[in-house]
Amino acid sequence: MNDTKLHLIGKPRRRVDGRAKVTGQTKFADDIMLPRMLHCKLLRSSVPHARIVRIDATRALAHPGVHLALTGKDFKVPYGILPVSQDEYPLEPTHVRFVGDPVAAVIARDELTAFEALDLIEVEYEPLRTFSTPEESLEHEDPRIHEYGNQGNIHKAVSLGFGDVEKAFAGADEVFEDTFFYQGNTHLAIEQHAAVAAKDPDGKLVLWSSTQVPHYVHRALARALEMRAAHIRVVAMPNGGGFGGKCDPFNHEIVVCKAALLLDRPVKICLTREEVFYCHRGRHPVLMRFKTGVKRDGTITGVHLKTVLDGGAYGSYGVVSTFYTGALQTLTYHIPTYKFEGCRVFTNKPPCGPKRGHGTPQGRFGQEVQLDKIAEKLAIDPAELRLRIVEKPDTLTANYLQVSTTGLAECIRRVVAASDWRNRFRKLPRGRGLGLACSSYMSGAGLPIYYNEMPHSGVQLKLDRSGGVAAFCGATEIGQGSDDVLVGCVAEILGIDPMDIRSVTGDTDLTPVDLGSYSSRVTLMMGNAAIQAAERAREFLAEGVSRKLEVPKGRLVFAERRVFDAEDPAKGVSFSEAVCLAEAIFGTLGTTGSYTPPKAVARFKGSGAGPSPTYSYSAAVVEVEVNASTGWIQVTRVWIAHDIGRALNPTLARGQVEGSVYMGLGEALMEEQEFRRLPKRLSHALVHKFPSILEYKSPTALDMPEVITELVEHPDPSGPFGAKEVGQGPLLPVMPAVANAVYDAIGVRIDEVPITPEKIIKALEAKAAGKPARYGPAHFPDVPWPETLQVPPPWEGGDGKAINAPPRPSKELARKSHAPEVVQS
Amino acid sequence: MMRLPYFRYLAPRTVREAAEMLAANPRDAMLVAGGTDVLPNMKRRQQVPGTLVGLRQVAELKGITNGDGLCIGAGLTLTELVGYLKIPGPYAALRQAAVQVATPHLRNVGTLGGNLCLDTRCNYYDQNYEWRKAIDFCMKKDGKTCWVATSSPKCLAVSSTDTAPALLALGATITLVSAEKTRAMALADLYRNDGIHYLTRQPTEVLTAIDVPRLDGWRSTYWKLRRRGSFDFPVLSVAAALKLAPDGSVEAARIVLGAVASQPIEASAAAASLVGERLTDEAIARAGELAAVPARPMDNTDFTLAWRKHVTRDFVTYALRELRGDDMSKLRLSVARQLV
Amino acid sequence: MTEQAHITLKVNNEPVEVSFAPYKTLLEVLREDLNLCGTKHGCELGECGACAVLLDDLPVLSCLVLAVECDGRRVTTIEGLVTDGRLHPLQEAFADLGAAQCGYCTPGFLITAKALLDEHSHPTRDQIREALAGNLCRCTGYQQIFEAVEAAIQSGAAGVEVERGPRSAGQEEA
Repeated sequence: MNDTKLHLIGKPRRRVDGRAKVTGQTKFADDIMLPRMLHCKLLRSSVPHARIVRIDATRALAHPGVHLALTGKDFKVPYGILPVSQDEYPLEPTHVRFVGDPVAAVIARDELTAFEALDLIEVEYEPLRTFSTPEESLEHEDPRIHEYGNQGNIHKAVSLGFGDVEKAFAGADEVFEDTFFYQGNTHLAIEQHAAVAAKDPDGKLVLWSSTQVPHYVHRALARALEMRAAHIRVVAMPNGGGFGGKCDPFNHEIVVCKAALLLDRPVKICLTREEVFYCHRGRHPVLMRFKTGVKRDGTITGVHLKTVLDGGAYGSYGVVSTFYTGALQTLTYHIPTYKFEGCRVFTNKPPCGPKRGHGTPQGRFGQEVQLDKIAEKLAIDPAELRLRIVEKPDTLTANYLQVSTTGLAECIRRVVAASDWRNRFRKLPRGRGLGLACSSYMSGAGLPIYYNEMPHSGVQLKLDRSGGVAAFCGATEIGQGSDDVLVGCVAEILGIDPMDIRSVTGDTDLTPVDLGSYSSRVTLMMGNAAIQAAERAREFLAEGVSRKLEVPKGRLVFAERRVFDAEDPAKGVSFSEAVCLAEAIFGTLGTTGSYTPPKAVARFKGSGAGPSPTYSYSAAVVEVEVNASTGWIQVTRVWIAHDIGRALNPTLARGQVEGSVYMGLGEALMEEQEFRRLPKRLSHALVHKFPSILEYKSPTALDMPEVITELVEHPDPSGPFGAKEVGQGPLLPVMPAVANAVYDAIGVRIDEVPITPEKIIKALEAKAAGKPARYGPAHFPDVPWPETLQVPPPWEGGDGKAINAPPRPSKELARKSHAPEVVQS
Repeated sequence: MMRLPYFRYLAPRTVREAAEMLAANPRDAMLVAGGTDVLPNMKRRQQVPGTLVGLRQVAELKGITNGDGLCIGAGLTLTELVGYLKIPGPYAALRQAAVQVATPHLRNVGTLGGNLCLDTRCNYYDQNYEWRKAIDFCMKKDGKTCWVATSSPKCLAVSSTDTAPALLALGATITLVSAEKTRAMALADLYRNDGIHYLTRQPTEVLTAIDVPRLDGWRSTYWKLRRRGSFDFPVLSVAAALKLAPDGSVEAARIVLGAVASQPIEASAAAASLVGERLTDEAIARAGELAAVPARPMDNTDFTLAWRKHVTRDFVTYALRELRGDDMSKLRLSVARQLV
Repeated sequence: MTEQAHITLKVNNEPVEVSFAPYKTLLEVLREDLNLCGTKHGCELGECGACAVLLDDLPVLSCLVLAVECDGRRVTTIEGLVTDGRLHPLQEAFADLGAAQCGYCTPGFLITAKALLDEHSHPTRDQIREALAGNLCRCTGYQQIFEAVEAAIQSGAAGVEVERGPRSAGQEEA
């Protein structure tokens, strides 16, 4: 489709839900107030790791105003986001795994009463050894935090080999080895998770929730409550920010459903900020070891990456997160041989999961900082080095990811030009510096969470003779603008105004399944489904109009709320007339569209994480000022270019880029999910250091530098109107670009995030003492890696299958975990 | 949503009424002015007064005059105070401190008296009830141990008021009124280096006024260390006031450090080292070194304690250089993110 | 249950009488007793700015205002920014220019920006940043918010204010 034909797409435009949002009328989950509604509070474990010896809620139940108290015995079936990690109970019956693990619930007439009654619940714990770091979890096999996983407290360990890296290192001119640490951090959406459950008048269950994944919550409810899914309706309310933090089914959602069913009254829960920190599912802390071989001209011969992830207390998306710390490393630069080993361990802390960029920022940080070191050693400008090695379009990577279009080189050139890189890099006075980094990200995961052959996104359209159109889709508006994408695509194809379209989204009773707002999948997948549905509708309308006007269908144009003859624009009918004509012929008008990603080329165990219909690319230059005496860092400007394919609504696309830069700067400079262990001789406590918005530092309006955004637009054949993702990719280059800029400014390497003044001072002190001018981890723990799965890369004649595949698990086992393993075998 | 516990609310119209209400409920009554300190503490169940005596309607606490020195009603909001000090003259430190408290919204209700009486802060204490239960509470509330230093016999929570160091550097005095008596004292005497008993104010006393003497020939400034440009409490602050002779030598000096102990700390040796000296780089550097000595930050705030100690001398030199007349605006922008 | 508290106040220029549990903050009364759910909350401790409202024309955090202290006072919430059926220029600009993504912090930003523009006819970018320093946003990176405030000024938002003070009081009596 060429640009001249587009009326709406590509033009800056008020988002369809803009008015609702600026008038305060957008209804979030906690804004739901129902008659006879009761309020729920959860009692959470006050110990980090223990067996529950006894739990007694009798006194709480007797408290005036309390209607119901629930404990672990009220729930029989565990749940979890991945079929392979069904390891959570709505209320834990026997074994608590972190401070914050829910053990009981009180439902009362108001929130204060419920809160007061929590203190009346008696719980007796028998403490178990507490694991606060991956090293501790690797060292001690017992007690196990979970009874499943690779061994001991190792949740998942993987080893994948694509070609012979040792040979590649032997053939390299230089081999670099670096260890990096990426601290965990959290989403900190301003809206706290909230959920309301009720029986509808027919006696069926309804849950309104701040979730990014109504479909997966629907499945989890059916399982954990042992109910027919058809009798459960999940409505995803617009999320007050998600960022991946509302992508798991949560305890509180299931608990309020149970309570509403038992009491036949609406039950609400809204978590406190502290509880949101306990839900977490944020960025995994990752320790990384990068070994990279290069030729003198900068060509990479091979990369061996090892990662250890601190998973926290539950599985969550952890298996996928583990693969993601390695999977997308091959997309940015050409890596002919690649070995990846990743290991996720359980610890007694809130579970980690998917945060914006899911598993990728950590490895991105390591690779981009190491490339900066490589460029310096080889005396090549880092921008030039990257331009030499960028992955080419239409390439199958060593690990069988299909790169279709890539604008990375153009992104690099744009930020280099905009930042006056050539005249300023390594030339600024001491204390000021520039750093560059790049990245790539998926436009939607190629595989669903649970294996199935069905579409990933579905859209239904209902055309009304009024000229109005209703668009139904299971996608969830979390601020990213998914409703706007849905309406924009339909409006463009049908030639009507966005105002003529009502979008109904995120409702499992009313809307066709969309897998959810995660993995940057909505624009591409829902967008394509919407286009298909709209094109089918256009077909019906064209038939009616063609008959009436006696104009061939191919000549009809849909624009400006009219359907008219391209050769004689005056000859046409209004859109509503067109609907009437078609309805008279075909009956009630409705169409559907759906999208299923192309089958991945890779066929090895573990290849499920990484494939995507297409990938976005970004490059960023960051400018910093660093005070040599205090280590104080100020980011003064950021230039970022993002290869988006096509910006459907440039206003929103720019917002996604700037928001990503913002969040990236927070991770780079201040945000951390830190824990405090009290002296072991005095206490078993292992607590989140500061579960509050005040002490978990996120940048304010005064801390945010100017961001100069460039959108690189070369339409991608697989995207709707050529669009690729923009919600996550632009976050990825920010952290390493800051680290590289700090080095340019002050000559020390900070090989971990966040990059804080303290660490800069320590690195400067090390440098002054003649030690390596860096701050960062020195050691990488011993991990019992499994046998490496050998997958010859495409250029070695590989077909995407492993040549030493271990036997598949028996069907019996596969069924036990409810569905085949998420990571496709 | 976090909820306040039940409490009884009293609304006196005069200081006398307020004092009588406190006297009638000596054990369970607390004053509330702007509420930005006590209400979060109540929501976290750190403080659970049965009675709140609200000072909002006590008009006599809201005056401010600048005649022979500055006389400020304790009930003046920080926004009002900043607005009044548009041309602060020798009181620049007070304006700098007040304008950097928390956020604009909080300054719109938070009062000067409230900021001076701000509860000491600590990462082990400023937590929800559930969190504190998980560490079996701490010495300051419901527990026995000070987890900052487990052998410490006293609580090490940190004095986190911005305005106190500034007013101490300016030599302020205060007035406390109870049902029985009115007493005036040096502001310095209000504070004690004990995280629990950090004020000498009796629970039955109302802080009514703050007096700052005429400071002809003085200049002052305030520097605050915090992670972000707003919201954050100080994790180190430096207030400095100097009286300069016509030849540029220092006639008198006061340097006060905030957020490095349970009370603001006077860096007397550093100040004394400046008297009789011109503000040369050397004199400033020496004062910086000396000022850092009494700073005893603990591991209970943002940033590491070693680094907070490390940068104390830098911040003291920033303040002194600014008082010398150096253009520190760029550094102030970088450190304080203060734009206007 | 303890007795209910009772106050009379003016919310968005309309006199309102309300009874509520006496421990409640203005935030809770607005949302739960007056059904004005446009005012949001993200911490209830004064740490995020989502619950900002105008109290006697000053932006304050409603989560830290005791409702019992609001008797006789004037409160403006996001619901009160629309006048005569028209969005405030700030609302138009926020909607047009991407200043609202998830929309959750938006009411707090709009209320705060309105107070700024009522006070200053032409604030600089720095003054805008300072005024909005007490509102956290996790979506936008703030830039489009600053731009929207500036665009609203361009379109004449400053001085275009919701009726306030004695004038509106007179209208109510009429």
